[in-house]
Amino acid sequence: MWDYSEKVQEHFYNPKNAGAVEGANGVGDVGSISCGDALRLTLKVEPETEVILDAGFQTFGCGSAIASSSALTEMIKGLTLDEALKISNQDIADYLDGLPPEKMHCSVMGREALQAAVANYRGEVWEDDHEEGALVCKCFAVDEVMIEDTIRANNLHTVEEVTNYTKAGGGCSSCHEGIENILTRVLAEKGETFVAGGAAVAKPAAAKAPEAPKMGTLARIRKIEAVLDSIRPALQADNGDVELVDVDGKNIYVHLTGACTGCQMAAMTLGGIQQRMIEELGEFVKVIPASKEALVSMEG
Amino acid sequence: MSDIYLDNNATTMVDPAVFEEMKPYFCEQFGNPSSLHSFGNKVGFALKKARKQIQDLLGAEHDSEIIFTSCGTESDSTAILSALKAQPDRKEIITTVVEHPAVLTLCEYLETEGYTVHKLEVDSKGRLDLDKYKSLLSDKVAVVSVMWANNESGTIFPIEEMAQMAAEKGIMFHTDAVQAVGKIPINLKESAISMLSLSGHKLHAPKGIGVLYLRRGVRYRPLLRGGHQERGRRAGTENAPAIVGLGKACEMAAEHMAFENTQVKAMRDRLEQGILAAVPHCFVTGDPDNRLPNTASIAFEYIEGEAILLLLNKAGIAASSGSACTSGSLEPSHVMRAMGIPYTAAHGTVRFSFSRYNTMDEVERVIEEVPSIVAKLRKLSPYWGENGPVENPGEAFAPVYA
Repeated sequence: MWDYSEKVQEHFYNPKNAGAVEGANGVGDVGSISCGDALRLTLKVEPETEVILDAGFQTFGCGSAIASSSALTEMIKGLTLDEALKISNQDIADYLDGLPPEKMHCSVMGREALQAAVANYRGEVWEDDHEEGALVCKCFAVDEVMIEDTIRANNLHTVEEVTNYTKAGGGCSSCHEGIENILTRVLAEKGETFVAGGAAVAKPAAAKAPEAPKMGTLARIRKIEAVLDSIRPALQADNGDVELVDVDGKNIYVHLTGACTGCQMAAMTLGGIQQRMIEELGEFVKVIPASKEALVSMEG
Repeated sequence: MSDIYLDNNATTMVDPAVFEEMKPYFCEQFGNPSSLHSFGNKVGFALKKARKQIQDLLGAEHDSEIIFTSCGTESDSTAILSALKAQPDRKEIITTVVEHPAVLTLCEYLETEGYTVHKLEVDSKGRLDLDKYKSLLSDKVAVVSVMWANNESGTIFPIEEMAQMAAEKGIMFHTDAVQAVGKIPINLKESAISMLSLSGHKLHAPKGIGVLYLRRGVRYRPLLRGGHQERGRRAGTENAPAIVGLGKACEMAAEHMAFENTQVKAMRDRLEQGILAAVPHCFVTGDPDNRLPNTASIAFEYIEGEAILLLLNKAGIAASSGSACTSGSLEPSHVMRAMGIPYTAAHGTVRFSFSRYNTMDEVERVIEEVPSIVAKLRKLSPYWGENGPVENPGEAFAPVYA
């Protein structure tokens, strides 16, 4: 079974705003082809101020689809349409204390229903620009279509490049076979052959992304501190914090404190910090949770 | 009140009597059966007994036709890959669209390796077209691999007949029988089946033990080489406690075969009849005239399976679903799609699978709980009106799919 947060369960077992709103003047009907779930969002909007007075949902879907729908209606009530449109699918997931990566499309469906309902209210035709494929990388929730498009757009040839551009494969690495298969297929379209561990042979690879200049130790640690500082406000907003414990080669040891400790999201937070580190430092690093005491005893 | 377990096609409880048999083989009889000394020797005898118990349940002619593996999936892979290795000139495989992923995923992979895979389709009740099957049998086919009974719908395929048809053309026949063994009588020595896979944990033995039945004389190439175990056909030190447990479980399955096909079947039938009478717009999937006695697959229209399971779970009832969202893949059940069940119903299929440990009281409790759960979810569904489905559900609600 899925590891649903308490918040997801709460919104599933006791959904808010279920059913169609009476006197609705905006309706959005959307579905997700990948799982067959579908959702109707009805809005009652005050014409002068464009404030959403009431919102209701009807969902044909799984636990997280129902919970995402319920959360969305709670989040948008009282907002103006423009404010509501700023809500991202990540915001919906965050409101629910996270969704399993396979279920992120449920929150995407919620956001799309909102766009569709607003378009319907404004007399516009909503067009979906989002295509979804089978989930390939479960660590970072990257789907097949995203990987294919990125390979084509950037002329990628290796799994490593795909990871650098999309994050896919940057976690547990068990999807590398899947990524290699996608590379094989996409490169074949151009008459090229995928070669593991190197560039394709038929055509010289396009200019490589410039390598980040090697940093000195001090500059590197300053950079690491800077990345942590930039993330800190987001953690502090949730009453948590992070501090740097040690840097040992590619391993960056950090200590999550306050509300972050033992939080279910800690693993995702660490993943996020690692990704930022990799991007900022231009090299692969591992962010590892550790307390100062633990590290001392580990080294001892 | 204790929870009700109706997910026995997923896995079963280890029978306490099976567990008792296994216990000495951890801390007391821990020897390696290959060893000469008494520590190993006794274990060797225990394995011999277990092999015989399994042979009896399967009706195999020789005990050496039983090869122990780690699971049903290993047995499936070993069987199919062996057939291909042993007959390098034959590049075709015949299977069905409703196989378990253990076979389907392997076949899809083999397609990328240059093999041709013929997947037989099924009709709305999950039945195969044997004329079509016959037309595919040729000397290009290395192996036919068809499941004995379907894990989702419980539909039973005419395996003995299909094996005979393959044998007449000199083609190896493998069956994934993990759902059938222990639930319906099997007599391999009277059949033309070349290879059969079974899995211990589906019949009250522990997880981590499987069997590949390999008919004497069928050409074979091992998957794992590296030791003399299983007569060199599956190297690796034997999982002695699990093998002993599987032997006992097979013996008990044979003893309960009649019970399974009368009492267990009666519970399944009562559940279906009770739910169908109490819940509008639901139906049984699969072939009601030809299926496992323990499996009920019911499609609840206009709602989604995972949501049903979560509410059932809250009510203390464990079942499973063919819905997309209960699997990691998000793919809707390939079995339900193959039977042409519409989307709005396929997503709402729930499988209740029984064992001899269920009771009629439990059945009545499930029949009481299900109607309100379905009603609660239908209230949330865009396809559902005040008291029934909206008129022309497909038109009234036609979302933009992305």
